[in-house]
Amino acid sequence: MSRPEDDLAADIHYDDVEARKYTTSSRIQNIQASMTHRALELLDLSHPSFILDIGCGSGLSGEILSSEEGGSHVWVGMDVSPSMLDIALQRDVEGDLMLADIGQGVPFRAGTFDAAISISAIQWLCSAVDSESSPAGRLTRFFNGLYASLKRGGRAVCQFYPKNDQQKKMITEAAVKAGFGAGLLEDDPDTKNHKLYLVLTVGGTQGSDITNVVDGMDGVDVMDARKKIKAENGTVKKGSKAWIVKKKEQMERKGKVVKSTSKYTGRKRKHLF
Amino acid sequence: MKILSLNFLTCAVKACKTSPNSYPLHPKDAELVQDELGLKPEMIISVLPRIDWEALKSTCSELGFPALPEAAPTKEELENDEKILKDLHHLLLETSISEGKLVCGNCGHEYAIKEGIANFLLPGHLV
Repeated sequence: MSRPEDDLAADIHYDDVEARKYTTSSRIQNIQASMTHRALELLDLSHPSFILDIGCGSGLSGEILSSEEGGSHVWVGMDVSPSMLDIALQRDVEGDLMLADIGQGVPFRAGTFDAAISISAIQWLCSAVDSESSPAGRLTRFFNGLYASLKRGGRAVCQFYPKNDQQKKMITEAAVKAGFGAGLLEDDPDTKNHKLYLVLTVGGTQGSDITNVVDGMDGVDVMDARKKIKAENGTVKKGSKAWIVKKKEQMERKGKVVKSTSKYTGRKRKHLF
Repeated sequence: MKILSLNFLTCAVKACKTSPNSYPLHPKDAELVQDELGLKPEMIISVLPRIDWEALKSTCSELGFPALPEAAPTKEELENDEKILKDLHHLLLETSISEGKLVCGNCGHEYAIKEGIANFLLPGHLV
């Protein structure tokens, strides 16, 4: 399958023709609708809330948010493609629309939204950029902005199509670095309908454990890939191999580039004389 | 651009992030429209503590609306008095800016609003 992200920026790819094609295709409408419902299920909102729709496009997902069965939420949509927003206007969606690039940050003050939702958008951050910005910088700005604009205890669900495992890792690592509790939910893995949801939590009352999000949902297997951080009592001798490995792990968690550990790590050099 | 969203928007320019003047954005040459929308009491009550009342008051005076009360209504007042709730709903959700500009009080950057859509795209050097 061809990937539009590889060739063009989102605002250029989704011109008038492409935006209309995207919005009127009943196949895309159905897929978008089912993904929005799944995302709403993960957000688990009990009453009408204030939601940010990231990459709202023509408002296919927003329509469901403001509908009765979706929970009649009030939403604000951000999108970078004027043509998509134009179609959203013609379709007379209820939410507020903004022309903005999510890679430039999220210009809302702290603690604005109850939740955020994003359907098939954030993979655009990984590619097709100009010479002034890098994918890593755009991801960082986006997740930092999103983290700040959500209220404590808020959640965000971003469905996305990563090109490969490296992109998947880049996105989740950027989210974790911004401070989110992050988890990936895979629907129908190893099939054609494979869908990936990045579930993000911001502190709050339901505990910081991301696996609580899927508590009580049917057919979900939890695979915990988090590293267990052992409680150390400071008995590691400074300069020893264990100490060096510990320091390297610390630096790696900070996102620094660290040389891999081998059997030579922490060995003394031979005396020359 | 609904008045509710305007109450949460700040200037997107990087240098303005630390300045207190970058919030709220000031509407300029604004044309307003009214839309009829269903009343959602729960949503308004839950969003009320997050609304910056001082900023809302200054927005209202800049747009030439009748003055708002000094302090924000409490949750009990909203639950008991349907008129306050309806007024707030009308102001926050049904009133929106269709054409005009939003101006940052710190850097003076103007965000154009066309057909109700605010343009927050920035040139690369301001990000």
